[in-house]
Parts: sequence; structure tokens; C-alpha cells
Amino acid sequence: MRFLLVEDNAKLATSISERLTLDGHVVDHAAEISTAQDYVATADYDMILLDIMLPDGDGRDFLNEHRGRQDDTPVIVLTARSEVSDRVGVLDLGADDYITKPFDFSELEARCRAVMRRKSGGVTNAKRFGDLVFDPLAGTLKIGSKTVTLRNKELRLLEIFFSAPDVIFSKTKLVDRLFSYNEDVSENAIEVYVARLRRHISASSVQIVTVRGLGYRLSLT
Amino acid sequence: MNEVANISGSIRRRLTLQLLGIAAVLAALLFVMVMAYAKQVAEESQDNILSASATAILDSAAIQSGEVTVDIPYSALSMLGNVSDDRVFYRVVADGDYLTGYESLPETTPPRGQENRQFLTSHYLGESIRMVSATRRLSNAAGPVEVTVSVAQTLKRQRETLERISTNAAYIGFGFFIAAALLAVLAAQSAVRPVQALANSVSRRGPQDLRAVQAPVPGEMAPLVDALNRFMARLKKSLSRSEEFIAEAAHRIRTPLAVLRTQAEIALRRVERPENRAALKEMIRAIDESSRAAGQLLDHAMVSFRTDHLEVREINLLELAEETLERQRPLAEMQDKTLSLQGEVPPPIRGDVILIQNALSNILDNAIKYAPEGEDIDVTVACEDSWVVLKVCDQGPGFAPEDIEKLTERFSRGKNAQDTVGSGLGLTIAEEVAQAHGGHLKLSNRKNTRGACVSFYFPQS
Repeated sequence: MRFLLVEDNAKLATSISERLTLDGHVVDHAAEISTAQDYVATADYDMILLDIMLPDGDGRDFLNEHRGRQDDTPVIVLTARSEVSDRVGVLDLGADDYITKPFDFSELEARCRAVMRRKSGGVTNAKRFGDLVFDPLAGTLKIGSKTVTLRNKELRLLEIFFSAPDVIFSKTKLVDRLFSYNEDVSENAIEVYVARLRRHISASSVQIVTVRGLGYRLSLT
Repeated sequence: MNEVANISGSIRRRLTLQLLGIAAVLAALLFVMVMAYAKQVAEESQDNILSASATAILDSAAIQSGEVTVDIPYSALSMLGNVSDDRVFYRVVADGDYLTGYESLPETTPPRGQENRQFLTSHYLGESIRMVSATRRLSNAAGPVEVTVSVAQTLKRQRETLERISTNAAYIGFGFFIAAALLAVLAAQSAVRPVQALANSVSRRGPQDLRAVQAPVPGEMAPLVDALNRFMARLKKSLSRSEEFIAEAAHRIRTPLAVLRTQAEIALRRVERPENRAALKEMIRAIDESSRAAGQLLDHAMVSFRTDHLEVREINLLELAEETLERQRPLAEMQDKTLSLQGEVPPPIRGDVILIQNALSNILDNAIKYAPEGEDIDVTVACEDSWVVLKVCDQGPGFAPEDIEKLTERFSRGKNAQDTVGSGLGLTIAEEVAQAHGGHLKLSNRKNTRGACVSFYFPQS
């Protein structure tokens, strides 16, 4: 995904960019509203992450203009303030959601997913591998004519495998991506989800292969 | 908030009483003056008749063959009889010698002269009398003779007249007093009307309306209104300062925590050794705990601040719950938990949307945290007697029975939640919000299955 991050705190901006890059996203960073406007004018983004307190104005003004331009790139507001006092204004101005700093990146990911699902309005965004058709936004998996609805963690696990088929993902990496750090889970917990996914795709030409000592990968039989 | 002010007297009552006092004094004065005047008039008219009678008798006195004779004319006594049915007495004395009439009438020594009369009020034969004496000098061969005539009349009739006048004067005085009293009440009312108008215009205001009072007020009240306006300006300033403080505090605390947390996540992605990873996870958890605690403290400050200044409007609780759930759904989905909402459109309640959403978010946050993965959180909106009940149930371990009472106290956390992030303020916030709306919070465990329920009771509007 391509993000535009509008955030004036340099340290925070750098670390958010770096963190998102680790998950394979592309991030442009604007420290001011004027820079952000230049970016928006020249590139297409999947998601804008917008801070409220900015040196050359209020993030809400940017939001207002953004909606005025009929640009429907989703916006998630990053707020440091107590949630409720900003909530009304921000959502009324057309933000799609907001997240309170400091945030859990898995929560950000969940919110992005929810916003994109709302925005997609039923347009399928399906990916294919073998005889699997996977729509991460709708959370559905098709094997031939049979459709399976996946639960959130199964869906996200499959999404990780789909993002790089044939690449080996270690259990540690999968746990990091799948669980919030507040959830106290051992690496073996991943086995449960792998087992569930295997059950779902057992009838297909795709399988999740255990690579002993290294992790798992998705491959064709 | 509803404390009655320390009241010492009322301006209207004091003014009314003072005006009534003045009216009473004036009425009494009026009565006394009318009586004094009436008495004077009655005495004067009696005295005039008495002296006319005495003069007539005196005029009939003559010297016949060296003897003083008095032929008392009928008219002299009848004029007295005409005036009243009082008893009449007379006496004629010549040079100190008794001639005729009632000898024992009180002695008098009237000054000599045509116009001179001596008036006397006295007692005779057990009755009050008014007596007049007049003297005339007659010439005799042996020299002048002083003839003194005294005419007296009892005062019964005069007393009766005065009594009648006194009754009438009392009626008039009382009527005067009643009229003055009515005017006093009206005057007092109109005097305090500007005060009431000011009180109404201030108490009709919404809680957020801290503008200066602009309505015209009488000069005497200007200092009060000035003081009130200055006070409201100060209040407005301190309210906005506390709001700014909350925002500023949040910003100062949360931004560095966000940097720290993000860096920790990045570091976690890069390190492999289990002990380093465990340390980093511990760090992230600590950061989450502090940011959550800071968040709840700020939420709590906001709630306390706002419960004093509720922005009340009609709320459809089902709609509000739906919006709040929508916002929490991604968080629940992350953990494969389902948020469900059931209920029919309830009667509207009156309340502050932001407060109720905040309280519900806090409770949902708790529920999402404590419910086992993959299970459901059910929210229901229902009516119970005159309450609209918003109930959040999870499928977690439930409340320990001994905890239910004290859980809503600030900072206390349940026995069953020792290892989950949270500062425990969520329930306190929820209870304060429910109470601010005239309702209450109820904690319970599910009856037939595992799980805890938190119910908000809001009164129907």
C-alpha cells in the first residue's frame, strides 16, 4: 500500500515510515500541510495518515479541503488528544477513521482494512494463486465454486502467504504480524492458524508447506 | 449544584413590610387628626349654643324695684333642647348671691365684659357637663350689680357624636391602610422585577453560555451584573484553560510514547534472540499500559469536567451504540471477536452524546480485552420499567462475586484481570457518566453461561 504520512514530529514520522516499510508499504512523508498538498496533487495514495496539530495549520483544514476536492482517498486521523473531544469534528469533516497515539500497528492495519473494505463498496480485489481466488477485503476464499469465509487471523495469515508465495515465513515473523504485542502468545500458537488454513484449502491445488526449522511457505502441489 | 443560596431576607418582603409600616402610621395619624378635629368642632358648636343661651338669659336680667329679676326666655333653654336631649342646668347669681337655678353648679368667676365667657368642663350630679358663665353689670340705684349666668349641658350627645365619627374615621383609616398595602405590594413587586428578570435570563442559559449579560438593568444593579460578568469571564477562561490543558497533556504524553512504541516494534522485527524479544515485548506492553492509563486519566478528567456542563440533547441509544460499535469493530476483529448489537429502537433519552460514547467505548474496550479470542461480545438495548438499558456482555471469566461492589471504585481492578493491560478507570468513568444522566451502572455475571455484563441504566426522557 502507498501511504502519505502527514506528521510534524520528525522522530515519530521517521519511525512510523520505517515501521510501515517493514511491512512492505511505501510511505511518503510530509511535515506540513503545504507539502502534503503538493504530494496529493502529484501522486495517488491508498491511504493518508493525518496528524491534527501541524506547524502551518490544523489538520482539519487539510481534511476539509481534501474532501472539497472530491478526492476520496481514505484518511485516517492520528490524534494525540483524548479521543472523544476530536472525534465528532474529525469524522464530521470526512475522516474515515481515527487512531489515538501511540498506536498498535496491528490496530492501524485493522483500521486501514476496515476503511478500505467500506470504500471498496463490493468491488472485488481478488488475488489468484493456483486454483485459489482470495479477496482479502471481503475476507472470502474461493476454491472453484465453493466459497469460504475466513476469520480475521486466518485471513491475515493467508494474506501474508499470498503477498509472497514460495517465500518462507518464520514462526516469529508470523506471530509478529498476526498478534498484537499485548496478546501473550507463544510461537506455537501460529500452528493452530496454519492448521485451520490447511483445512480450508485441503481441496485445492495449493498447500502450506512446513519447512522444518525455518517456517512455512505457500506452494502449489 | 442545586444548593440553595444562603438567603437572609427578601428585598420584596422587606420593602413590603416597610411600606406597610409607613401606611399603618399614616392611617393612625389620619385617625387621630380626624378625631381631634371632630372633637374641636363638636365642642365649639356646643360652646356657641351654650353662650348664646347664657347671653339670652343675661339679656332678660333687669332691675325692677331695686331687685334683680330674671325672666328666663323659653328660647334660651329650647335652643339647647333642640340640639340634643341632654339635660340642661342653669344658675343665676347676682353679686355673689344665688338667685335662681341649680345652686350647686360649680363656682365660676367669669371675667367681666360683654364678650367674655368662661368655659368649663366638669362633673355634676354624676355626669360630665360643659358649662359656660357670663357676666353682665346692671345699674341699680344702690350701685352696679354683677349678674352672672351659668348654663351647663351634659356631654352625652357630644360623646355619642364623637363615637360615631370615631367609628367612621376608623373605617376610613382602615380603608386607607388596605389601599396603601395593595399599592405597597405592587410597588415592591415592580421594584424587584429587574432582579427577577436578571435571574431568569441567567438561569435560562445553556451550560456553555458564558457570554456577558447584555440586557438593560437598573443602575443599582450594575455593580452586581458587572461582578457576574467578570466572574463568568473568569470561569470561561478557566474552563477553556482546563480543556487546553487536557489536550496539551495528552499531546505531550502521547507523542513521545508513540515514538517509543514504534521504535520498539521496529526493533522487535530486527532482533532474533528470544530474551531480547521478550524484553522488547515487555517494553511495548509497559508503553501501552502507560498510554492507556494516561488516556483514561484524561478521559476521566474530561468526563468529570463535562458532567458539570452536560450538553444535553435527545439520543437514540441504539443509534449511538451502533456508531460506537462500528468504531470498535476493527479492534475486535483483530482478535477474531465479534461485536453484535441487538434491540429495538428505544424511547429517546436525554443526554450528552460524547460522554455516553466515551463510557461505552471504555466498557467495550474492557470487554474486547477480557473476552477469550474467537468469542462474542453482545450489546443489547432494551427497556426495563422506566429505564432504557444498554447492556454489554462478554464471554470472559466474569466478575468475582466479591469484586462486583468495589469494582467501580477508581483505580480498582478485578481479581480476574491481573495480567491484562488497563488502569481500571473504565468502570469508574462509565458509572460517573451513568450517574450524571440520572441513571446508574449495574455489574453482573451472565446467568447460564460464562461472562460478565455491564449495564447502563438511563432514565427515559
